[in-house]
Amino acid sequence: MAAGTAMSSYWRGLRDGLPFLAVVGPFAMLFGVLATESGLALHETMGFSVVVIAGAAQFTALQLINENAPTLVVIASALAVNLRMAMYSASITPHLGPLPIWKRAIAAYFLVDQTYAQSVLDYERNPDQSPAEKFAYFLGVMTPICPPWYLFTFLGASLGERIPPSLGLDFALPIAFLAMIGPMLRTPAHRIAALAAVVLALAFAWLPFNMGLLVAGLGGMIAGAQAETRLGIKP
Amino acid sequence: MTDTTQLWIIIIALGLGSFGLRFAFLGLVGDRAMPEWLLRHLRYTAVAVIPALVAPLVLWPTATGGEPDATRLAAAAATFAVGYLTKNVFAAMGVGAAVLVSFSLLL
Repeated sequence: MAAGTAMSSYWRGLRDGLPFLAVVGPFAMLFGVLATESGLALHETMGFSVVVIAGAAQFTALQLINENAPTLVVIASALAVNLRMAMYSASITPHLGPLPIWKRAIAAYFLVDQTYAQSVLDYERNPDQSPAEKFAYFLGVMTPICPPWYLFTFLGASLGERIPPSLGLDFALPIAFLAMIGPMLRTPAHRIAALAAVVLALAFAWLPFNMGLLVAGLGGMIAGAQAETRLGIKP
Repeated sequence: MTDTTQLWIIIIALGLGSFGLRFAFLGLVGDRAMPEWLLRHLRYTAVAVIPALVAPLVLWPTATGGEPDATRLAAAAATFAVGYLTKNVFAAMGVGAAVLVSFSLLL
């Protein structure tokens, strides 16, 4: 495979990942601010963002630390929030599986909601890419998402300035995900999967440790697969 | 407040655990063929998990204490509609953010 096509895949990924910077920036800063307010030292706050690199799980852990929950409860709860990552890993394996193990390890480390969802959206739109091009695209998407995650955590932790809550910055994350859902609804099976998942997510939102998300995710996947088989939809 | 040792135990355990979850299939399955029924389900992972992640956040935002909020609902509807109609993620985020900010300033 020519290096040129991998390079252009990288740049294409970078361009597609760029809008997420507007989400990751405020979100990471907020984590930095809240962690500092909870009494974490700068290197401890950075440790979270670099070692764990998972927004929702980090916020969960921080909240439980503040509530003086036992260490084991903190770990188990935050990992439960991250269980969806195993589903992402399975879902992206048909695309990145042929890569050498060290590249798969790099992809695994950077596998977060945004890098996963944007990459899979592109792989489905352009199915003729080689694994190397798909990996280059993934790294492109990751570039404006993961390094800024560290950088803005650092800024939030060191500046410690409050982010004004009035402008609805909390809603940047849902907006970013909502923007991706429309383009994902390519076939009736995709629409059925999304609809089933939304209904289940709302019905099971009361489950502890974010388990409702897993019920909804699995339910939506089953609904999509069933629809594909029964309606004879070409994936 | 959790002490420093406990804190680092939490950070390292979460780091290892999260990497384990992310590497589970990528690392262990790799290039081996997965059965067709499993692939058929995995095709719908993103389109199921992402809407499931968003739906409660839209209907019951944490910032309002879980009360549905007109500004956020309008921004969510606009974002989804533009994304669905144009298939353009960039345009959808832009319109959604514009609706969110203008409604927040107006209301």
